[in-house]
Amino acid sequence: MNSPIIQIENLSIALSGNMILQDVSFSINNGEYVSIIGPNGAGKTTLIKCLAGIYRDWTGDVAIDGKPFAEYSSKALAKLQSYVPQAEGRTNPLTVSEFVAMGRYPHLSAFTTLQATDYAAIDSAIERAGLEAFRHRKMNTLSGGERQMAFIAAALAQGSNILLLDEPSTFLDYRHQARVSTLLKSACRESGITIVAVHHDINTAAACSDRIYALKEGAIAFSGTPAEAANSNVLESIYDTEFRTVPSPGHPLPFVIAGGAL
Amino acid sequence: MKERLKNRGSDVLVAFSHAETAQRPRDEDVASTKALTPLAILLLLAMATLVFSPLFGMEFIPFSATGQEHKILMDIRIPRVLCAFVAGAMLSLSGMSFQALFRNPLATPFTLGVSSGAALGAAVFIRTGLAFVFLGISGTSLAAFGGALIAVVLVYGLTRIKGGFTTTTLLLAGIAISFFFSSLILLIQYTSGLSHSFRIIQWMMGSLTAADYGKLVNLLPFLGVGAALLLFLHREMNLLMVGEDIAISRGVNVGRVKKLIFLAASLMVGGVVAVCGPIGFVGMMSPHICRLLVGADHRFLTPASFLFGGLFLAICDTLARSLLDTTEIPVGVITALLGGPFFIWLLLSRKNELEL
Repeated sequence: MNSPIIQIENLSIALSGNMILQDVSFSINNGEYVSIIGPNGAGKTTLIKCLAGIYRDWTGDVAIDGKPFAEYSSKALAKLQSYVPQAEGRTNPLTVSEFVAMGRYPHLSAFTTLQATDYAAIDSAIERAGLEAFRHRKMNTLSGGERQMAFIAAALAQGSNILLLDEPSTFLDYRHQARVSTLLKSACRESGITIVAVHHDINTAAACSDRIYALKEGAIAFSGTPAEAANSNVLESIYDTEFRTVPSPGHPLPFVIAGGAL
Repeated sequence: MKERLKNRGSDVLVAFSHAETAQRPRDEDVASTKALTPLAILLLLAMATLVFSPLFGMEFIPFSATGQEHKILMDIRIPRVLCAFVAGAMLSLSGMSFQALFRNPLATPFTLGVSSGAALGAAVFIRTGLAFVFLGISGTSLAAFGGALIAVVLVYGLTRIKGGFTTTTLLLAGIAISFFFSSLILLIQYTSGLSHSFRIIQWMMGSLTAADYGKLVNLLPFLGVGAALLLFLHREMNLLMVGEDIAISRGVNVGRVKKLIFLAASLMVGGVVAVCGPIGFVGMMSPHICRLLVGADHRFLTPASFLFGGLFLAICDTLARSLLDTTEIPVGVITALLGGPFFIWLLLSRKNELEL
């Protein structure tokens, strides 16, 4: 359970001449929910994209499940990990179930059709995301929240053990934020899926995570438990702005509010 | 014992739920049946076009014709209709693959400057006065393929540097490349003798007048390789249409797939342009209409684009040779007359930048 499934050592990457990440090292254990927080431009999205194999020209050592990243073929990597990009109104003309079915790509070859195991994975992903009523709807007719659930469902249908997400609940209304959090937490706790998620909202990150890493100016600025992160001094050093913590009755963690003067 | 019974119970449950899954109509299967009807209709229309188009021309020639007329039907009109069909299919398939690759409905061989690239390749070859045949394929075709490939790589590189395949970047890059290549073609024309120059002008208009069985044989290998590659890559094109990052994270070897699509599309554009000259708009209209008919899944879109592109150009060419009593209209003029308004409609009607 506590063996590292992702090990990152001295990961550095420059994009169009600017150093975005510099010597980032950390590891993520199997079955953990890890949140990555940090100010805009700290390199959170870049880090997730490096892990997802979208940016390839980084330096350093990354091992997934004990094997160096470069030794995986595209499909082999996709069987181990899936990725949910930032939503930002991305649409396509496929139906929800067609889109979710495309998550099965790494398990198929060019001329095989979907098998019973594929259908089972697709159905289960759609059901877990609560999208049964939207199966036949086209992706470009969905609301932002439903579409985000479909993106997560497609990633779940991929059947991989690691799920990488880039701001899964940003731009969503409160109900969909809650649906996303519940779905991700249940995937982690009940199915043992390792989750690495970039979060903008510290309270969401703290409520879901086992561990939190903060990036600042391309380097790890903090690592610790949610309880350690929900501390105004820690957050002020990460974000360079004032924070307050307010006790949240019935919850173990305090509620974090940015902006001291308000 | 109880334990075992319980296990059997859950086994039965699992088996039952599988049976239920198998019986319920799947969305993926519903999509197939929805796509199959228009595909079957397209197939019938395509066959009807191939059978009846040769009859029409400046003069109507019935199947029962004998002598000179029979010879015209067999040796001129039938190969010409076949050439038009194959060329249309190839242009349509290349447009379809460009649209998936650039995630933009306005990406076509014509707008991207790939037709001009192919034309430049062919013009350079005609100018040099060389004539060779490699494995049964004419040098002009190979030169056009080379030109198409260069144009694809250029336009892709340009849009890539600008960061993203937005309509503006794409059209600007395409126009820039088109103009650049067209100027080079003009330069070649200007510096060549009258006979070369006339050959280039005639062929630049896009016409199927010179089509014969030899030209058909020249087209077929380009169609075969290109279409086979695209059929093979249907899942990859679906994923690329959704987004490159999604495709990568689903396990598509995006670098390799893109090269294969570039290769397939350039082969087909080059093959057509060498034989018929740059015929515009087929590659834009046909895949778009097919998307409305069979949906966006490339499993069905590929055969549909093949059939529709083929029958569309065959019909346009039939119109080209029968509309005027005295002379032929270049088929490129007909496709452009139909395509221009369609292009504007597409530009105005799209709600979303990335929506195909």
